[in-house]
Amino acid sequence: MHKLAVDDVTLQYTNGKHTFTAVEHVTFQAVASDRYVILGPSGCGKSTLLRAIGGYIQPSKGAIRLDEKPVRAPGPDRVFVFQELDQLLPWKTVRENIVFALTASGRFPRPEALARADKFIEKVNLAKFSANYPHTLSGGMKQRVAIARAMAMEPEILLMDEPFAALDALTRSKMQEELLQLCSESKFTVVFVTHSIPEALRIGTRILLLSAQPGRVKAELENSGLDAARVHEILFDGNMQEGAAHV
Amino acid sequence: MFRKVILLIVLAVIWEGYARWLANPLLLPTFSETLRALASSIASGQLPRAVTFTLGLLLKGYVAGLVLAGILTAFASSTRTGADLLEILTSMFNPLPSIALLPIALIWFGLGDNSIIFVLIHAVLWSAALNTYAGFRGVSPTLKMVGQNYGLSTPSYITRILVPAAFPSILTGMKVGWAFAWRTLIAAELVFGVSSGSGGLGWYIFENKNQLLIANVFGGLLTVIVLGLIVENLIFKTIENATVRRWGMQN
Repeated sequence: MHKLAVDDVTLQYTNGKHTFTAVEHVTFQAVASDRYVILGPSGCGKSTLLRAIGGYIQPSKGAIRLDEKPVRAPGPDRVFVFQELDQLLPWKTVRENIVFALTASGRFPRPEALARADKFIEKVNLAKFSANYPHTLSGGMKQRVAIARAMAMEPEILLMDEPFAALDALTRSKMQEELLQLCSESKFTVVFVTHSIPEALRIGTRILLLSAQPGRVKAELENSGLDAARVHEILFDGNMQEGAAHV
Repeated sequence: MFRKVILLIVLAVIWEGYARWLANPLLLPTFSETLRALASSIASGQLPRAVTFTLGLLLKGYVAGLVLAGILTAFASSTRTGADLLEILTSMFNPLPSIALLPIALIWFGLGDNSIIFVLIHAVLWSAALNTYAGFRGVSPTLKMVGQNYGLSTPSYITRILVPAAFPSILTGMKVGWAFAWRTLIAAELVFGVSSGSGGLGWYIFENKNQLLIANVFGGLLTVIVLGLIVENLIFKTIENATVRRWGMQN
């Protein structure tokens, strides 16, 4: 059974009199414990698509279903990790950020939330910084807290919007490794948006390629034996037909 | 800190020296004379009564102003009309010194606390509303999305995400509002402060001037300064250190 089904989705937004189409006729499915990567150049509407899955935007055509239930509004069953480094609540410590997420969303009662918070802080190697306020952390640490917070909520699906894009190359590579490690420990279903081909190849089990303006599906690839040159070719050479590129 | 204490002592010595050289207590009493007058006014209970009266009045006006600012901001944040209304009202009334409203307040509310509270509300309301509204508008879109992600109800989304996220601006509004209110109150009391038998600090200054007890006048002025410093540097500083400074949110 599909965990997430995106069915012929078109997303539009209006800016004054003009209507922009961000993505058009996008269809894909992700199964449980997929690490599904949406890859495309800037402006292909991949972040908009992820926000629609998160329930922040309603599709103007088509439907998005999670476990067969249509997505209507944001909710704690689909937890977001953003690219921005200001996604932690600055007025709460690392630990309280996670505890608040767990209790405010009604996922866990406080005693259990405390234990879970500590467990996930441990998992991302931040035990020493548990009582720190976010502004005292580095960019990589902040993103680790955000990931720990998202995973601790035990969502049906994790939505990651270029979570490592604001980090330096070294930290980025380390974080990718950590994410894979965390995913292998517990079988999370992840939808991961990126514009970096190497990152897509490293993270994804399956990769959806989107073209730019408006975003349309170029190809959907199974990540086995793929190389960057091949992905690049498919992404920027318009010859490939939809659906014809299963490798 | 140490340097500032030294400077204060130097200033007091200059005051003392100049007043002695002038030798005219009706124009400028000496520093020591002022301190003696201050001490005897405190001992007699006259000054503490005035201070209590003034602070009580201030608190009433201040709290009422903040509550109204909250209502206005809520209205402005939820509708476009409300936002326009807030913008028009603040640009009209913010430049208007509150004390200029006192004559009309006296006509509307008569001699008494209510007129002063009205003027105080005017002093607090606009800067508090403007800053709070700007604070809410400035909340980062990412934080808003994070808040929505938890599926909070609207009231708890506001109190647990928006208010703390906007708190630096809210605190600024409270500080500016306080500064306006304090200056306005003393001025209003100087014009008329006696009501139902008890007068405030401004009235204390005014009355002592009428009786040519100039040392008491200076004592009253010192009290105004000290109270202002306490609130601005002690109370607001403490709040700031425990919140925005600790959270790394001060801009």
